[in-house]
Amino acid sequence: MLLKIVKRPEPSRAMVYLTPLMALVLTVVCSMGVFTFLGVDPVEALRNFFIVPINNAYGASELLVKATPLILCAIGLSVGFRANVWNIGAEGQLTLGAIFGGGLFVYLHDVDSVFLLPGMILLGAIGGALWAGIPAFLKTRFNANEILTSLMLVYVATLLLSLLIHGPWRDPDGFNFPESRMFSESATMPLILEGTRLHFGTILAIIAVLGTWLMLAKTLVGFQIKVIGAAPKAGSYAGFSQKKIIWFTLLFGGAMAGIAGVSEVSGPVGQLLPSISPGYGFTAIIVAFLGRLHPVGIIFAGLLMALTYLGGETAQINLGLPVAVTGVFQGMVLFFLLACDVLISYRFALNRTGRVSG
Amino acid sequence: MMGIEWLAPVILTVITAATPLVFAAIGELVTEKSGVLNLGVEGMMLVGAVSAFVTATLTGNYILAVAAGALAGMFMAFLFGILTLSLMANQVATGLALTLFGVGLSALIGQDFVGTPVTALAKLNIPGLTDIPFIGPILFGQDALVYLSFVSVAAVSWFLYRTKAGLILRAVGDSHTAAHSIGYSVIGIRYLAVMFGGAMSGVGGAYLSLAYTPMWAENMTAGRGWIALALIVFATWKPGLVLIGAYMFGGITILQLHAQAAGLDLPSQTLSMLPYLATVIVLVLISKDQSRIRKHAPACIGKIFHPAA
Repeated sequence: MLLKIVKRPEPSRAMVYLTPLMALVLTVVCSMGVFTFLGVDPVEALRNFFIVPINNAYGASELLVKATPLILCAIGLSVGFRANVWNIGAEGQLTLGAIFGGGLFVYLHDVDSVFLLPGMILLGAIGGALWAGIPAFLKTRFNANEILTSLMLVYVATLLLSLLIHGPWRDPDGFNFPESRMFSESATMPLILEGTRLHFGTILAIIAVLGTWLMLAKTLVGFQIKVIGAAPKAGSYAGFSQKKIIWFTLLFGGAMAGIAGVSEVSGPVGQLLPSISPGYGFTAIIVAFLGRLHPVGIIFAGLLMALTYLGGETAQINLGLPVAVTGVFQGMVLFFLLACDVLISYRFALNRTGRVSG
Repeated sequence: MMGIEWLAPVILTVITAATPLVFAAIGELVTEKSGVLNLGVEGMMLVGAVSAFVTATLTGNYILAVAAGALAGMFMAFLFGILTLSLMANQVATGLALTLFGVGLSALIGQDFVGTPVTALAKLNIPGLTDIPFIGPILFGQDALVYLSFVSVAAVSWFLYRTKAGLILRAVGDSHTAAHSIGYSVIGIRYLAVMFGGAMSGVGGAYLSLAYTPMWAENMTAGRGWIALALIVFATWKPGLVLIGAYMFGGITILQLHAQAAGLDLPSQTLSMLPYLATVIVLVLISKDQSRIRKHAPACIGKIFHPAA
């Protein structure tokens, strides 16, 4: 091999910020190849993907609408990822949030109270946290791998939602469609901007970002999360409880995803449906990594991934590109990011000795 | 004797439900034995499933279709290898990325093929033998991939525990520094193990889209890749137990089909939850005993190897 990989004496700070940009450039270059292969002018496709969706005020507001659940889920996941707790079931926790929050409306649908929506949000957070509490319990009590348990619970959550809206929660006036009642005004997220779909959930996301930032920077638990993530042994010498961190990060992540779920069903969706999310909980994993697990980074990454959803729709309408391009694009971003991240701890050097190195 | 007519179709559906799990899990077992954890099984299965389906639709040649599934899975695994083995990326994150990418890529490849069924993979028919009541269709009436799945388990078991190459692979998985210092190419061996795992996941996916439900639908694996990963833990990394586990899960998966036929009045969603809940329960029962896991799990699993230059 001509090049060899040499460990840097210290991880490069600059590369931490540069590799997400490198990954984006590589993804854009690669997707131009995909567009060409699909028979579409790549420049025109990129324009439809990244510029057309947000070249007007309504488009920009839609970007925030889509970014809201992504940022909420990702901010929750990032706290766990920092401590090496691999909760990948945010999609299920989001669904449970929607079930708990939406369920309150289903039972109190004729109540017209200012407390209904806050109650739904609170219950949504509890529902998401309970669902994430299952992997936390199984991990701390039985050592069961949280990656697999949290993911299995995604499928269970989706089936549970389907069960409820096919059965007891079905709209009695809904012509037998598997849907709940449409949420009433007092169960709906207030709009922030007339004429758009921008709703109170976005403010919740901003509060979550600021709160998480403060928690990580200023509190003991935030400090413990960072230490356990960076150096598990140092954490245990310092007497930090690994179990407490597992419980905390999973419950926190679940609550955030749960809020995202309520915010979707009481916001843009407006009722409980068989499918309430186009995989926000999974895309949030990419958002968390691309945002470097940092609250500010997650905002930018969330906006970018939201744009790929809008771009996919625009490119489908204007150019007839398949919506699936969005998924490929999102997957490529994470791939290239992980590949470029080698540059944080290592550098490439010419192999002068000419020996073959592994 | 009255139970038998009822039992035969049940066993036949268990076999078709278990076979994709056998392929995916036995392939990933070899990957993990070399010390690499590839969580992208679901993504590799999906890309394998869609590649096999598209090839079958376009050419009508099923051997080519299965080969396409295997190659597609291998290609995905190769990407995983570049990232984790050459560029030393985190294996957990890369595996997730592989699945997310696989979901998107398979949807893109398969978009024009949704809802167009193909003829199911042909089943063996030996006049005389296949006609034997009860055991005939079970033993002599399967498609080629079912037989191949059993051969694969036996071959992997033989390879790992009866050949020198298998010993080397296990050594790489248990102590990469030691294997490296003796002069084995840790990275090279791991590339091969990862790509074998990818090919087998691809064949598992191909079985889904060619035999289990001969059609293509987005996300049609429905978590089977993840269940395969859990099966390996359940089997404490032993090929024979992987086979038993896969059939157990096959049984749970088809419970839904037969429970409704038997007139059991439960919502279909409740029964559909069973395989996922069973996976969680099985993981709990096995993981409880950490010393047992530690004894059997490859010691270097998930650890990055960087030969000091």
